[in-house]
Amino acid sequence: MSDPFIKLHDVYKSFHDTPVLRGVSVDIAKGEVICIIGPSGSGKSTILRCINALTPVDQGFIQVGSIQVTSKNLDMVALCHCVGMVFQQYNLFPHRTVLQNVSMAPIQVLKQNKAEVTERARALLDKVKLGHRANAYPGELSGGQQQRVAIARALCMQPQAILFDEVTAALDPEMVGEVLTVIKQIANEGMTCVVVTHEMGFAREVADRIYFTDGGLIVESGPPDEFFANPADERTRSFLSKVL
Amino acid sequence: MKFFRALHERGGINLTIFYDPFDMSRFIHGLYLTVVLFLICAVASVLLGLFAVAFLTLPYRVPRAIVRGYVAFFRNTPPLVQIYFFYFGLGALVPTSRNAYGLPVAMVNNFDWALIALSLYAGAFNVEIFRAGIEAIHHSIVEAATALGYSKAATFLHVMVPLAWRISLPALSNNLIELLKTTTLAYAIGVPELLYVSNQIWSDNINTFAMMNVLMVVYLLLVGVVAIAMHRWERVLKLPGFGAAR
Ligand SMILES: Nc1ncnc2c1ncn2[C@@H]1O[C@H](COP(=O)(O)OP(=O)(O)O)[C@@H](O)[C@H]1O
Ligand SMILES: [Mg+2]
Repeated sequence: MSDPFIKLHDVYKSFHDTPVLRGVSVDIAKGEVICIIGPSGSGKSTILRCINALTPVDQGFIQVGSIQVTSKNLDMVALCHCVGMVFQQYNLFPHRTVLQNVSMAPIQVLKQNKAEVTERARALLDKVKLGHRANAYPGELSGGQQQRVAIARALCMQPQAILFDEVTAALDPEMVGEVLTVIKQIANEGMTCVVVTHEMGFAREVADRIYFTDGGLIVESGPPDEFFANPADERTRSFLSKVL
Repeated sequence: MKFFRALHERGGINLTIFYDPFDMSRFIHGLYLTVVLFLICAVASVLLGLFAVAFLTLPYRVPRAIVRGYVAFFRNTPPLVQIYFFYFGLGALVPTSRNAYGLPVAMVNNFDWALIALSLYAGAFNVEIFRAGIEAIHHSIVEAATALGYSKAATFLHVMVPLAWRISLPALSNNLIELLKTTTLAYAIGVPELLYVSNQIWSDNINTFAMMNVLMVVYLLLVGVVAIAMHRWERVLKLPGFGAAR
């Protein structure tokens, strides 16, 4: 890989003296889909949150496209224009309709033309099969529907990459599929995706590469076939034996 | 008018405000002052509460300490003492000008002092009410705004205020009702509001009992209007699937 689009180099992060990331390095190429798996508390969310600067790092270097995330004078708007994020708990704005949730940031933050953004938002809602709920409030939707709105909201910023943090973990089983289908579609369209997930079948199907984290370290990584067939590290084997 | 005059002469219930033009006009003016005092203080105290709570969310120690000091001072002292403090204490320090007859006129009159004192008093409670509203917002919602590129100020304005406002409305209604009742304290510094003029009227006509009843009914109605208006507002702003009625 010659020119990674997202680059983490030797990233360290502690919360109150508890080390959470202990030297994480990841290179992600443009258009690549990677899945991060690993036990709870191993630092998966923290990796994502460092990439979009929700969590400042203690040490190390992060770059997304031409944006130096770890630089002092980071342009947060430019970074958020470049990288979107979808959360486990959807985190939609309860006081805004579905359509407003999707369109508000491009209008208010990126200062884009309202009519154009609204048109784009409607198209995205159609894409996630929620065009008919445009005027509903988030509280009126099911978890799976809310998560699809959250994905449309991230897409409406026209990002180059999207971070997904266990986006199906809070959903009832029958809604997991509808959300994964949308992510698959986005991944197939060439979006750079960083997906933290416990859905091993999904990871195997969509990922170009799988990373396994444990104790704030990336223990091993590889293409899905190899990763699932011959995990090299004992910790990976033990984790996979529990979840597969 | 005839009816009320008859009621006085034959029934012994003397409601001068309904047949005596002078008493009627004093009473209406008192009612007007009460309403104006309440409305201005309500708006001012809400704005004050919002600004102060914005300071509380800032990561700076000094503005936060100032807001905390303000809240402690106005919440922990009696409002009547505050009104006296402003009118007699601070009022003495304010320069006076002279009117056309050469008599001294305070630049800040008693009505203004009542406005200031009551706004600060109700504002202190509003700070606490809004703070509780903001603390009830789940941090992850704020995080989602940050991840969409909203600055701290924009997040406060577009996300926290609309949500905190809805959470705060029931407590805010209580405080505004309290404020409406507290406007009667302006009586103490001679602001001719409803209680003050009623006192004048019953002193002149010795119809204390009748006027007391009138006062009770008028305040019941005023508070009722405020309560109903705030309740309507709560209903209008109610979001499906958000808040207590989940
Ligand atoms: N803001 C925070 N303050 C303190 N500890 C935190 C914070 N965020 C995460 N942690 C801790 O860091 C560790 C890794 O968290 P996280 O990255 O969320 O793990 P994962 O997503 O793999 O489950 C956990 O032990 C968690 O308790
Ligand atoms: Mg996590």
